[in-house]
Amino acid sequence: MTHPPATGTWTEGPGPDVIFAQHLAAGEFRIQRCAACARHVFYPRLVCNHCGSVDLHWQAPSGRGTVYAVSVVNRSADKGGPYNVVLVDLAEGPRMMGRVDGIANDTVRIGMSVRARVGQGAGGEPCVVFDPLDPDVSTDREGSAR
Amino acid sequence: MSGSSLRGHAAIVGAALAGLGEAPGRSSEDIAIEASVKALAEAGLTTRHVDAVFGSLPGNANPLSALLIAEMLGIQPRFTDNNRTGGSTFLSYTLMAAMALKEGLCETALIFYGSNQRTASGKLVSSVKPFAYEAPYAPIFPATSYALAASRHMHDYGTTREQLAAVAVAARAWANLNPQAFMRGPLSVADVLASRMVSSPLTVRDCCLVTDGGAAIVMTRADRARHLPKKPVYLLGAAAATTHMNIIAMADLTRTAAVDSGQRAMAMAGVAPRDFDVVELYDAFTINTILFLEDLGFCTKGEGGAFVASGAIAPGGALPVNTNGGGLSCVHPGMYGMFTLVEAVQQLRGEAGERQVAGAELALCHGNGGVLSSQITNVLGTEATL
Repeated sequence: MTHPPATGTWTEGPGPDVIFAQHLAAGEFRIQRCAACARHVFYPRLVCNHCGSVDLHWQAPSGRGTVYAVSVVNRSADKGGPYNVVLVDLAEGPRMMGRVDGIANDTVRIGMSVRARVGQGAGGEPCVVFDPLDPDVSTDREGSAR
Repeated sequence: MSGSSLRGHAAIVGAALAGLGEAPGRSSEDIAIEASVKALAEAGLTTRHVDAVFGSLPGNANPLSALLIAEMLGIQPRFTDNNRTGGSTFLSYTLMAAMALKEGLCETALIFYGSNQRTASGKLVSSVKPFAYEAPYAPIFPATSYALAASRHMHDYGTTREQLAAVAVAARAWANLNPQAFMRGPLSVADVLASRMVSSPLTVRDCCLVTDGGAAIVMTRADRARHLPKKPVYLLGAAAATTHMNIIAMADLTRTAAVDSGQRAMAMAGVAPRDFDVVELYDAFTINTILFLEDLGFCTKGEGGAFVASGAIAPGGALPVNTNGGGLSCVHPGMYGMFTLVEAVQQLRGEAGERQVAGAELALCHGNGGVLSSQITNVLGTEATL
């Protein structure tokens, strides 16, 4: 390995999926940052998908993101539909899937600024969802995603 | 001309379809075997000639499909490939077969597919398990991933739902010339727009069919192919490229790895987009056709919507695309790749009946696997293109 792990944990202990889920269960959204190339990684991995280093560290992202793509899934109401599915580009760089809550599905737009929080997935499980970020109020809502 | 010694070294000498549409009471294996035996028969060969088997069946009921089908056919292959890259995989089998034939690792290669998904389950039988970082949002697999790509293409290039619908309308017009197509009859842009929304902007008519069906092809060396009954169809070029597995890992949803696979396959064949007489694209969704036309160089990036809306890909248009009716209107039994190959073979032999493209000598087949993930391009041609 070009970049030996700083903590020595990449071969031992719970893997990145487990650690991510543990944070999520505690209401915390965490992504990884590569100490070797300084880029962020999502979804959780053992190896940096940008440079191949294993020197990845967990950190709280800003929570800010921009909607990259959107689809409204037209499932029936008894299956929870219709609901939106978005791809969000996090301010730190990585893209993730999500859902924008709090506004009508047909008003979710590509380019819309959003903020992450831990909400509920289709099965009631904790997952990262997004709220529209009103630029007028964003200045007094700084802070990491919770 | 290309320096690749693979160009034209191997040929497709048998091609057959089976169980198209609905095949009640037939297993996926039955359908694959029927197609295999028919493909061998038209090549003047039998199972006893086959010493290499390539293929896969849908789902995970038996992932060792190539072993199973070989056993059921009484073949003990000396070369087997059960590679799975999604519906594109069959277009890599042709490349692997050509390489194995060239190296003398085998003499006669059988490539198969079969699925009874429609009559057995009524829905897509997928081998892909839900991805942990997408499952909480309950996207429809794989439709929502393609819908997301369509939304981005519309955003970046002004592509419209009407232009997406034009792909389905062109496919139906070709299907109406193909007695074996599952969905026939009139279809208008308005019909597509008014049909049930699945995952916006894609309606059910923007999505491929869910049918049964199987296909098989037989390949051998070109020097041997010339002594067999059917007009050989030569593999002139082939290349694969993969960018991701899950849609969240696709860097640009409007640009697929077909850019890369297409360029390399065409370089191997020594041809350019303008040279093709017929084009068979993996149209699991209407956005696929637009993306692949752009990425393979048949029009410029962003112009795919206008290109298809002009009627260019429909019967009578400048570029015949998906001449069997495609996955949208002819057949789509979970994995469609084989059907691009069989249709191209029929066109290049001049056996395509009412839908025959006059004088077709050079065909492009393009396979897609996963969610725009695996892209594999094949260039096929007649003796005249060697």
